Amino acid sequence: MKYLKVSNWGYSAQRIFIICAFSIIPLALLFTFAYLPVINMFKYSFTDWNGYSKRFDYVGFENYTRIFSDPEYFKVFIVSLYYFVATFLQMGLALYFATILSFKVRGKNFFKGILFFPYLLNGVAIGFIFLFFFKPDGTLDMLMHAVGLGQYTQLWLGNPNIINVSLAGASVWRYMGFNFIIFLGAISSIPKDVYEASDIDGANRWQQFRHIILPSITRILQLNLILAISGAISAFDIPYIMTDGSNGSMTFVIQTVHLAFKYGKLGLASAMAVVLLLIVILVTLVQRVTMKGEE
Amino acid sequence: MRKNKGWMMLLTMLLITSLLAACSSGGGSSQAGEEISTDPADIKGEITVLTQRTDIVDTVFKDYAAEFNKEYPDVKVNFQALADYEGQVKIRMSTKDYGDVLMIPTSVPIADIPDFFEPLGTYDELKDKYTAIEERMVDGQVYGIPTVITFSGIIYNKQVFKDAGVTELPKTPEQFQAALQLVKDNTDAVPLYTNYASGWALTQWESDLPTVAGSVDYVNVDQPNTDENFVPGQPHYELYKVLYDAAKNGLIEKDPTTTDWESSKADLAKGKIATMALGSWAITQIQGMTDTPDDIGFLPFPTNASEVVVPLSADYNIGMNVNSENKPAAKAWIDWFLAKSNYAVEQGGGMDADKNAELPPILDQYKDVKFSTLTPAKEGQEGLVDKIDNEGEIGLWQPDFKKRIIEAGIGNRKESYDDIMKDLNDKWVKARAELTK
Repeated sequence: MKYLKVSNWGYSAQRIFIICAFSIIPLALLFTFAYLPVINMFKYSFTDWNGYSKRFDYVGFENYTRIFSDPEYFKVFIVSLYYFVATFLQMGLALYFATILSFKVRGKNFFKGILFFPYLLNGVAIGFIFLFFFKPDGTLDMLMHAVGLGQYTQLWLGNPNIINVSLAGASVWRYMGFNFIIFLGAISSIPKDVYEASDIDGANRWQQFRHIILPSITRILQLNLILAISGAISAFDIPYIMTDGSNGSMTFVIQTVHLAFKYGKLGLASAMAVVLLLIVILVTLVQRVTMKGEE
Repeated sequence: MRKNKGWMMLLTMLLITSLLAACSSGGGSSQAGEEISTDPADIKGEITVLTQRTDIVDTVFKDYAAEFNKEYPDVKVNFQALADYEGQVKIRMSTKDYGDVLMIPTSVPIADIPDFFEPLGTYDELKDKYTAIEERMVDGQVYGIPTVITFSGIIYNKQVFKDAGVTELPKTPEQFQAALQLVKDNTDAVPLYTNYASGWALTQWESDLPTVAGSVDYVNVDQPNTDENFVPGQPHYELYKVLYDAAKNGLIEKDPTTTDWESSKADLAKGKIATMALGSWAITQIQGMTDTPDDIGFLPFPTNASEVVVPLSADYNIGMNVNSENKPAAKAWIDWFLAKSNYAVEQGGGMDADKNAELPPILDQYKDVKFSTLTPAKEGQEGLVDKIDNEGEIGLWQPDFKKRIIEAGIGNRKESYDDIMKDLNDKWVKARAELTK
């Protein structure tokens, strides 16, 4: 009877009990909404399930052989290159603004707000904003006419050579705020006296950036880079909402969604999701290994 | 700390990727042939009706419920309107809670319908009463009855045709292209608006296939038994050639990728657009946007076939949830809705599924045109077209290859129309061989 009361247990037993009690809910949520679906996804990837039926057959590795034997499915990764290149622009801009705004600037908080704002917007809203922005005679064209660049206007989404640049541009606008806020946080954690010391030594802003800021935030830079690259591989929301992958803007994830919900090939789509997961893990590992070598 | 970060990254990615995989099956067992009492006094309960009509759910549907309650005072009817009907219902169908009465999503494979829906009667009982009930029929049991019967073709603005100097209504593809060219030369209107960006609007073209074929047998009977579905001279080739030629000759909108469905209706009504390929359901919506509704006309799709056949097809089919706890009440609502609401004509822009319904006045000029439903597939071939379509990832009822055709037409792609058709036909042949071996 004595042992039924928790307060009668020893210190370490109580500790274990409390740790377990507190972690059980988050673990249950994590399992239900993260691991269970992934386990199911692995299971479906070996079936020919159509998304509705109560019945499905196991087909072994057929879905995987199909993905790897048909170039159609992998061709779309070329589109990811646009987002990949845009990633560097996005990080560069974010780092630039974060550095400037970490020094004394007028209207600092106002600009911080403006830069972070796009990230708070709903992706669907952004899709529609940019649809109007890129329309013929839309906002962008009007803007260009106003500043005398009228002859350079294009069919921003209609021209297959430009469409991915336009979409990647919208994506940079949307996600830069996120990189920016992380950089800003990292830069603020650098002690003030380091700057003061460098001021006394006569360092200019560029030297401060090069020798104080950059080395202090390498870790965060790596993290952002990993996030950005896996983001580029799995680019989805902006092109899905704006063009639904048409006119040469198809990405791997849009293709997966189409296969699952337009053609009822949930098994094949799951296999593609698994492949994407493996690619992202692989890229992350490669990055971690190469980064480690530099340190 | 280092290790932890790596793990967190992995978990984050797992989480993100797992979002892709959230869908599972469900539903209850079917109890076919259960006896249902139809005496209004016996029927009581509360039912939920799902509808795709967000625009009229709080107005017209409320009135329907009031009318319905005069006959069935003990039934309480609730409505839920879903904006993305197809997508949201699909997810709800993995539980048992998807209303008592709902529109059967078109993407549910026919063979799986009995897992989700209650039969409304046998084909033999209902065939004399309703049109187009074959579509959602499994083993002689009818699971859905069309809420509206629509017909498809070209919707055009008569005033624009007059201004452009189109004196005779185009009947063949050549005459149609000539008419579009006249519109381009003589007016400011867009000759043929594709509604490329909305995607679904492009799928409307597929419903004109029987007109091009000149036969109600082609879609379900001939098509699944041919290896030459997309070759020159065949209906599919001729149908989409119209779209391709229009795109190639600059007879469509300037930038298809940024079209907007909602404003296209107003533009057609106002005469900024001459033609669109749509179903009749759009006519009432477009007429509602202009002071001169008589300017909006209907044209059978241009065809070289000897006989002009305009296909009658079913809009969403109304069905009953197999897990419903108030089946008699749900059945009563379905019967009342089909027989007495007049939804099809007033709200649906088409005709009642009732066999005795008359053609709407907009078709008065087409006495020589044959309006008919499609011949159902041969025994054992039900749903075969859809299966081949999905297996080959062709997408007869998806926008993808129509978008490809437009892109090729305006020069955004290197492939020609024949390349696209050949590719589609290769996929068709391969998938058909796979499924019929």
